[in-house]
Amino acid sequence: MAQGELIIKGGFIVDPTRKINGDVGDVAIKDGKIVEKVSSSAKVIDAKGKVVMAGGVDVHAHVAGPKVNAGRLMRPEDKLRAGTCRSNMAQKNGYRMESGFSIPSTFKTGYEYARMGYAFVMEAAMPPLLAPHTHEEIHDTPIIDEAALPVFGNNWFVMDYIRKGEVENTAAYIAWLLKVTKGYGVKVVNPGGTAAWAWGLNCLGLNDRVPYFEVTPAEIMTGLMEANEYLGLPHSMHVHQNDLGNPGNYAITIDSLKLAEGIKTKNKFGREQVMHSTHLQFHSYGGEGWGTFCSKAKEVMDYVNKTKNITIDLGCVTLDETTTMTADGPFEHHLHGLNHLKWTNVDVEMETAAGVVPYVYDPNIKVCDIQWAIGLELALYAKDMDRTFITTDHPNAGPFTRYPRVIKWLMSKQARDAVLNSFKHKDKVLDAISLHTIKRELSLFEIAQMTRAGPAKCLGLGAYYGGLAPGMLGDVAIYDLNFKDMPRDPEKIEAAFQRAACFVKSGEIVVKDGEVVSNGHKKTVWVNAKMPENPQVTRDVTQAFTKGTYTMDIRNYPVRDYLAPHPFVIEYDVEA
Amino acid sequence: MATVTLKPIKTPELIFEGYSITPDNFAGKTAAQIADLPGHEGKILMRLGDFFEISGNAGETAADTNIVITGDCSRVKYIGARMTAGTVTVNGNADMYVGGWMKGGKVHIKGNMDSFCGIQMEGGELICDGDAKNHVGCAYRGDWRGMKGGTIRIRGSAGNDIGTFMLGGTIIIEKDAFIHVSTHAEGGTVIIKGDVEGRVGGQMVKGDMYVLGKIKFMMPGYQKVDTVEKEVDGVTYKLDHYIGDLGERHGKSKGQIVYANLYVPAAA
Ligand SMILES: [Zn+2]
Ligand SMILES: [Zn+2]
Repeated sequence: MAQGELIIKGGFIVDPTRKINGDVGDVAIKDGKIVEKVSSSAKVIDAKGKVVMAGGVDVHAHVAGPKVNAGRLMRPEDKLRAGTCRSNMAQKNGYRMESGFSIPSTFKTGYEYARMGYAFVMEAAMPPLLAPHTHEEIHDTPIIDEAALPVFGNNWFVMDYIRKGEVENTAAYIAWLLKVTKGYGVKVVNPGGTAAWAWGLNCLGLNDRVPYFEVTPAEIMTGLMEANEYLGLPHSMHVHQNDLGNPGNYAITIDSLKLAEGIKTKNKFGREQVMHSTHLQFHSYGGEGWGTFCSKAKEVMDYVNKTKNITIDLGCVTLDETTTMTADGPFEHHLHGLNHLKWTNVDVEMETAAGVVPYVYDPNIKVCDIQWAIGLELALYAKDMDRTFITTDHPNAGPFTRYPRVIKWLMSKQARDAVLNSFKHKDKVLDAISLHTIKRELSLFEIAQMTRAGPAKCLGLGAYYGGLAPGMLGDVAIYDLNFKDMPRDPEKIEAAFQRAACFVKSGEIVVKDGEVVSNGHKKTVWVNAKMPENPQVTRDVTQAFTKGTYTMDIRNYPVRDYLAPHPFVIEYDVEA
Repeated sequence: MATVTLKPIKTPELIFEGYSITPDNFAGKTAAQIADLPGHEGKILMRLGDFFEISGNAGETAADTNIVITGDCSRVKYIGARMTAGTVTVNGNADMYVGGWMKGGKVHIKGNMDSFCGIQMEGGELICDGDAKNHVGCAYRGDWRGMKGGTIRIRGSAGNDIGTFMLGGTIIIEKDAFIHVSTHAEGGTVIIKGDVEGRVGGQMVKGDMYVLGKIKFMMPGYQKVDTVEKEVDGVTYKLDHYIGDLGERHGKSKGQIVYANLYVPAAA
């Protein structure tokens, strides 16, 4: 955290947390936090004629950990495609070399998020066993604050407790695991399906039984939501649903969302949802096969719009060559069978698995174009932008560096039409989507809801991130856009969000004129939900290590403090 | 046509990355401007003029520009890489990545070349009077999209990994090669006039290979189907025709499965 005073003067402030929509005003920062006012000796940043927002909050991206690294190792050509890594300003200014396009190096990851004015990024899937490595990478990613969600949806302890209906034990195990892995919340990837993958199987239906554990995806999701609310965690259960990426999957998607209906939110962090459903684009498909593949974004959003206790993120396809990586091991094997490109598969004992396959979202391929349209349709059909967040499931549907492009598409029908008109199979694509009929163009206020206020609230971090109220962290992005006179040319919107005119992170100027000028002061955010000792869970966990179910020693399992040297711990007592 | 002459005046301490040495980068520039073009020695930004004495101005376009390097470039990489037209001649050896990703024009190396020459080449001509090391006309590391077009002719021998993931174009090695020829290829033609140690056409989906010397260890995935007369680089031979790699996936054309073809001198 930087010492001293700063004042950002005369910008158009866009802050949905206080319902401020373009009013001209000042933002004062003292010792890394936003304050009411500062002294006359404060350093002045002139934001006149520019838009001022809180630092961006990314609710879901794969930016650190073993599968990200597996992708880097497996794709040297991704570094070549990124072009030169030498000539940019950061290196000229003495900062680190940057490499990689869809799986950028840790340094490039931090710099690029900062250049876009992002302050916080959630690593969306951390295998608990490999949490130490994940935290090492997080620590090596400069500037941005990060947290990581351990995966629970295929964990042997969890499946065992849920089969027996033991919510309290599930909760105690989650609390223990978050503490030892310095994790943030409960991630679920293809519940049950990844565990079934160890038998060469999958769970494509909500009531498919996981081999040996005999629980179903529906039971796993419900059990984890109940345990999550028992603990009152800052974030809700965060799910990558079953049957990802398959034509016709929208029905199971809606059925999964319905599981949230009976569950009540219980937390002290301002969060309202009990389920966050991620990369919904991959789950909003109609059709019986690839030939009849079509959008069901409207049907899915109709349900989301009327159901207040769920939040979603988009997972927009950006029509790039990218690298898919997920703990959905069986899906990656399936994808490899479709595109014949190289494939990596990893099993993480007792806990999860992962796969990595390169993917080319080719604008000349009809299915890719329909996927592109679905991601945007979801946002444009959304009624509550505080529950709808911009992501690309980086790098699965496209790299996070394309968020400004997604924003451009959402803010400009002209920009969307230009892409639609460039499609080789335009007529066939139009038959399968409704994007071309939607006139809606999102406002800067709505973009700030989707990239700041909304995700911060959904993560239970609304007291710190996502807004500019006094007391919040001093993370402020300034974009070269005139609120009163927005550019006619949509490319200028993309350019402005790609390279912030200025970005103040933790009260320190880290980006100026779109270029990195400081390595900043990053923080690792994690949750310590304190519960009374649970003897059964302690015994179960200890036995798993001593009786050889785990192949490692329990002493080597936790993330040591030195691996997360700048912790920001959300600590509280669980009320039973 | 205009000729720009580069005379080596200093051996780089590290390898010099001469990515500016192409007719495209020289076009429209004077000798003095060319001397100012960038290159890297390790992480340090250098100028072409630091390593070469440059004389002659370039032509208006790449196609009007010939580049002649009058001496040894054993420590200069990326000569002619990404060029689209014009010519580059080196009267000596060259380091790695000669003519990599080139789309047109002609590169002639009168000495030997190091590895990765002509990688992911799309068009044009690359000729080497001496030997080439490894990865002639192959894909970039990790990439599944190899050489698409153009011709590479090595008058001497080559090392391993020739034409990996090749999709089109022609590679001719006039003497011997070591191992891994056309691995994973889905098109293109590789001609090796000397002997090959082995691993010819492993996991090859489509394309043609000619080995006019001996293959010491044949891949098990190839099967002899007939004996044919074929013209290879202007000379007609009687050749045994093998198809493969039988362990790999293959497409169909007009109801027939399309295999990769390997031709070797007919057994007497
Ligand atoms: Zn996912
Ligand atoms: Zn994801």
